[in-house]
This record gives sequence, structure tokens and C-alpha cells, in this order.
Amino acid sequence: MDPVEDPVRFIDERTAAAPLLRKTMRYLFPDHWSFLLGEVALYSFIVLIATGIYLALFFDDSTAKTVYHGPYVPLDGQTMSAAYKSVVDISFSVPAGLLIRQTHHWAADVFVAAMVIHLMRVFFTGAFRKPRELTWIIGLLLLFTALLEGYLGYSLVDDLLSGMGLQIGNGVGLSIPIIGGPLMLLLFGSRFPPGGPHFWGRMYIAHVLLFPLLLATLIGVHLMLIMARHHTQFRESRRHTQRRIIGVPLFPGQTPRSLALMFYVAAILFLLGGLVQINPIWQWGPFEPWLATNGAQPDWYLGWLIGALRLMPSFDVTVGHFTLIPNPFWGGVLFPGVVLMVLATFPWVEARLTGDRRVHNLADRPRDAPTRTAFGVAFLSWIFLIFAFGAADRILVLWGLSYNLQLYIFRIAIWVVPPILFFGVRRMCRELQAGDRVEEIREHAEDQAEEHQRSLARAGPGTAR
Amino acid sequence: MKIWKWIVTLLTLLFGRLMRRGGSVEDAEERIVPAGTPERRAENLVLVLLMLAVLAGIAFIVVYAIYPHADQPNELLGLCLGLCLALIGGALTVVAKRLVVTEELEDDYPDVHPQAQREIAEIVHESGSRITRKKLLIGAGAAAGGTLGLAALTPALSLGPLWDTAPLDMTPWRPGVALVDENGNKMPASDVVGGTFYSAFAEGVDPEDIASELVVIRLDPDKLKLPNGRADWAPDGILAYSKICTHAGCAIGLYRNPLFPDLEPKPALVCPCHYSTFDPYTGASVIYGPAGRPLPQLPLMIDGAGYLRANGNFSARVGPAWWNVREKPTYGTNE
Repeated sequence: MDPVEDPVRFIDERTAAAPLLRKTMRYLFPDHWSFLLGEVALYSFIVLIATGIYLALFFDDSTAKTVYHGPYVPLDGQTMSAAYKSVVDISFSVPAGLLIRQTHHWAADVFVAAMVIHLMRVFFTGAFRKPRELTWIIGLLLLFTALLEGYLGYSLVDDLLSGMGLQIGNGVGLSIPIIGGPLMLLLFGSRFPPGGPHFWGRMYIAHVLLFPLLLATLIGVHLMLIMARHHTQFRESRRHTQRRIIGVPLFPGQTPRSLALMFYVAAILFLLGGLVQINPIWQWGPFEPWLATNGAQPDWYLGWLIGALRLMPSFDVTVGHFTLIPNPFWGGVLFPGVVLMVLATFPWVEARLTGDRRVHNLADRPRDAPTRTAFGVAFLSWIFLIFAFGAADRILVLWGLSYNLQLYIFRIAIWVVPPILFFGVRRMCRELQAGDRVEEIREHAEDQAEEHQRSLARAGPGTAR
Repeated sequence: MKIWKWIVTLLTLLFGRLMRRGGSVEDAEERIVPAGTPERRAENLVLVLLMLAVLAGIAFIVVYAIYPHADQPNELLGLCLGLCLALIGGALTVVAKRLVVTEELEDDYPDVHPQAQREIAEIVHESGSRITRKKLLIGAGAAAGGTLGLAALTPALSLGPLWDTAPLDMTPWRPGVALVDENGNKMPASDVVGGTFYSAFAEGVDPEDIASELVVIRLDPDKLKLPNGRADWAPDGILAYSKICTHAGCAIGLYRNPLFPDLEPKPALVCPCHYSTFDPYTGASVIYGPAGRPLPQLPLMIDGAGYLRANGNFSARVGPAWWNVREKPTYGTNE
């Protein structure tokens, strides 16, 4: 009797999977902290699924009107949708419901944040290059699917904030030329608000089944592609080459590390869910289409879109009395579309511009590719400035800086700052490279000098003279 | 404290015994995973951390059980569960850093397989050697597959109207329809005062219908500069505009009403989502922000009993802009 050998024999005799398992156990992980960012996203996703299952047991996807009577006194006697009431109940009446709900919300925010930082790591180290372009594309799809999934999630709640978000989403969708109107009627089932009677149910099944399934599938393909071509690695020593990977095996080395990370991620998310309030939906009140609050802000990952909608000057493409392209199209559709396209085509654009179509298993340090790094920083700053303007109304409240003044500053800054950063960062990378070369020469010289000293010493004191 | 030491010692003994039993067999052969020196203190630390995690987990269950349903201490629950998870994470970190054999191995990056690539192409090519009109057959197959795909997608059109965009145009307003407030009560013109704004709806219509929702204000009739043909749209200076912003569809939630008009900007209707700002004196023309067209205005009249009623339909289509939007609205409700 062996507690390991027997189950393994059982499984292998029935699946012939032992060689695969044996190989997978010794799959190598290059040891670098930045390679864990993707894992943080993965573990946030697991927490999202776990908490989401709990929430689904208590959530009601109906917009039927009901009157609230419950422990939260300020809303007592108020008419609201069954959906909103069920979320207020999850927050106040279901034991531990608030913890699960807030943890779910925090996990969504951390999920997207980890993906964005992971994306930056992959970009600035050139890890997207051949043979990993497909992994990069899948990753981008994951990010944009996650944005939509998060948006659906907080739209479901049917509080005032979520309703305003849906109205804007509807407005952005309507702005798509030609097909916008029919498409939104199709999705919402009727003009929104109020939308068709089945709309909430459709949104719910999309949030709890269709999108999670899509995300899980994409994550699976992403991981399989990584395993197929292995991780990239940094050139930490002469042994790290394009042909040989050096790392810690999945088992036993990497397993406790990765599991520890999973538990830490979950711990932080549950601590946040317990100790740090997020989206207190009972304060926003139920959604009514004729109400809107000032100072409303979406979840952070949609900030770049609200910023773009606010920053865009009043400009519609019109012919006589016909609108062809209304304003929300620029900030709500074109802007994220451009960002996605630039990122998605980047591996091929870079390969064409540099003429470098070789396989790259060694990751660059950002300074190793000055132009790519400079472009990345400039592009990110462009997005970040637009993102920051989304908070202009908050900046006004906090520091009293006029909204109008900020508008013009930002409209200029988004076109001036990125080029400056581009040239500045490229210069910096080149200086760092030059510094590296000097360092190399110095080390080489020191080595030689040391060698010389040693040979002198070996020869003995007498002979040198 | 003493009991603690006992528990730890007991567990250490137990686990140590078990581990040794498993390890003795393979020493003779060549090992795959290199041997390392035992670290009893690290094992003890792992045990302590795991026991603390057990305590935190128990604490969570206890907190859940002893507090009443409607008064659960969210902070305490989160703290217990978070600590439990963090302690397990800590135990795993000790395992990773001090107990598991640390190896740094080398492996080849996977190669490409030109031979297999060639053979796949060869198999596919040779498999079709009996077929003479390949392109035609592939085209026919693609047509059949594409049509099947289209047919399979067609039922999705049942989700909503397709090219019939009439629902986007409908409004419940026509001459004589009364304005009501949030509670469904008719609005006397005399109740509408300057300096604030009111929400109003079409009588007998779902208040959530965006074409029903109005913002009503009263301004000095002498200062109005409404577009041509709207001279009698604002009886006694009472104006009604669609409450839905023409930019992205949020409600016009703000009414800027300067307390000191000499210095402050003039009155305006503002959408708080992207700060589109409309001038109520000039037919809600856009004076700031991203909106591309004015708020649609509804002509008003005051009936014999002094209540506000519509005297026609909106000046333009309501709601966020979309392809074609500047046409006149059509009558009829979408109920």
C-alpha cells in the first residue's frame, strides 16, 4: 500500500495520463516576482466565482415593483425593483451577505487591476513577441470581456448609480452609426428606459453564465498556450538562453508558493470586503430614469471611458437635419476601439517595424527596447490622462480647480504629454543602456586587472623584477 | 500556554513519524528530487500557523452563529475569514521557503516540428486526390455552413424589434395631455415657482418611459428668446423640456440657478454625467459640454382649471442621439 502510487496507478490505468502528469509536475517556472501578476488575476477570478455563486442564491433578477420593509430604515416604505430590494437584503438581512457582496465587488476591481498590470509587464518586457502573440491576444480579449462582465455586474443591482451607468451604456450603443438604434432595441428589448420586460433576466444570465463561461474558456486557452511554449525568462545569467529555460518545477517548488499567493489574494479580498466599504448601494437609492446624482463615478476600470466622454468636445457628424455620428461614439466606442486595436496589432506592427521575426524566449528589460518602452509609456499616459479627467468633478470638489480650466488643460495635455514622455523615456532608456555598457567594460577591465594581479602573485615576488 | 506546547509537540511527533515512514524506501535508488536537511523548527512554525488558522476559522463560525441575522458585524466576519486565509497562506510560504526541496532545473524550450507540419499538409492534400472541382465544392460547403449559421442566429432577432426603430421615436405627448408629478397628481401652474425645477410626467403613462419625463421651470417671460414658432409654448414663462440628456441619456439632474446673477453664470439645466449644459431661455440650446443638440421642448398650455397640459408634441426626438435622430417625434405610446 502506497498512498500516492496506488491512486496514480488507478488513474493511469484508466486515462493513460501518467506521462502527461509527470511532465506537468516538472514544468518550470522562471523565478521572478513580476511573473505572479497574472496569478493574482487568476485567483481573484476564483474568488469572484466563489462569492458570485453565493450571491446568485439570494439575488432576484426581476424588475417588478415592490415595497421595501426591512432593517435599513431610510429606505423603509420605498417602492423599488425586486432586484434592488434583494441586494439591499443581501447587504442587511442575509447573514454574512454584505461580506460576500463587498468581497465580490473588491475582487472584480482587483481582477481587472491585476490584469492591467500584468498586461503592462508583458508589454514592457516584450513577452508578447513570437511565439506568444496568441497568448497576448487572448489576454486582451480577457481584459475587455472582464470590463463588460464587471459593468453587467454592477448594472444588475438596479440602484441609481447602476441605472445611470446603463443609461450611458445605452446612449453609447445608440451612437454606433447605422446599427446603433436597432442594436440597442434588440439588446434592451425596447427603448431603454424602461426597456423590455425580459431585459433584466437576459442581463443576469449574461453576467452569471455566458460571460463567466467565456472568461473561464479564455483563461483555459491562455494557460494552455503558456504551457505549450513555456514562460519567458530574464537573462539573469549566461545559462539563461533562448533555447534553455531555468526555473522552479511546478511540483514541489512552485506549488506551495502559488497556493500561498492564492490564499494571500483571497485573504486581502476578504479583509477588504469586511473592513473597507465599497459601493454602499443603499445610499444611492433605487434607479429612476428621471433622477441623476452629481459626483457619480463608475468602478475604476470604466473611468477611462467616462473621462473620454467628458473630454470630447461637442462634435456630431450631421447632414442637415440628420445625425450620422453622435458624440458618445468618439469617447465610448472609437476610443476603446483604438486602444484595443493598437494593443492587439502591436506584436505584428513591432515585428514589421523592427524586421525582427525571430522567436524570443528571453524577456527584455524595458531599457533593452527604448522605442517600445517609450511608445508604451506615451500610450499609457494618453489613456491615463483621459482616465484622470474622468475624475475632474472630484478634483474640483477636493482642490477647487475649476472644471472648465481642467477641461482645457487636459484637452491640451493628452496631445502634448505623450510625445514629451516618448522622447524623454527613449532618451532615458538609451542612457541606461550606455550606463550598462560602461559598467560591463569596467567589470571586464577589473576582471582582467585581477587576473593580471593573480598571475603576478603566482609568478612569485622574485621573478617579476 | 502549556496546553499549546503539548498540542504542538504531539502533532510534531505524529507528523514526524509519518513523514519518516514514507521517506525511507527510496534512499537506495537514485533520487529525482534531491534530498534536503530536515527543519523541525520550520515544521513547528507551519503547525502553529495552521492551528491559528483553525482558530480564526472557528471564530468566523462562532461570530456568524452568535450575532442576530440583521446585525452581523461585517468587520469581524471579514477579519476572521481574512486572517484564516492569511494564516494558511503564511503556512504555505514557510513550506515553500523552508520545507520543500528547492530546485533550480533546466529544460529545453519546445521546438517547432517541421516534419509533422509537412506531413499534416501532405495528408490533407493527398486525401482530396479524388476530387476534381475542389474550389467549387469548398465554396458550396462554405455557403451551406454560412447559411446554416445565419439561420441559427436568426431566432436571436426575436430579442427585440430589428429595423423597426419606431419605439425610439414614440412619445405619449399630444395636445391636452396633463402634466402630473411623481405621485400622479396634476400640476397647477400656480404651484410652479421660479428658482427651482420640477419633474413632470404624462398623465397615465409609465413614469419610467423616457419620453414621458419632463423638467419644468418658470422664468421671466420677457427674457425668453425661444426659437421661431415657439412664442406661445411657455405660458406665464413656464417651460417644459425633456428631462433626458440628448448626449448619453442621463437625467437632467441639476438646475443651476445663480443667487447673485450679476456675477454668476446664468441659469442652466445641467446633466451631471458629462456636464452637458443647456440654456433654458433659448430653447435649451447647448452652451457647454459634449451634447450635440438642444433638449426637446414641449409646448405647454394652462387649462381652465389652472393645470398644466401639453399643447402639442416635443420639438424633436427625445433621448440620446442616434443615427437619424433629428427628425420630428411621432405620436403614440410604447405601452
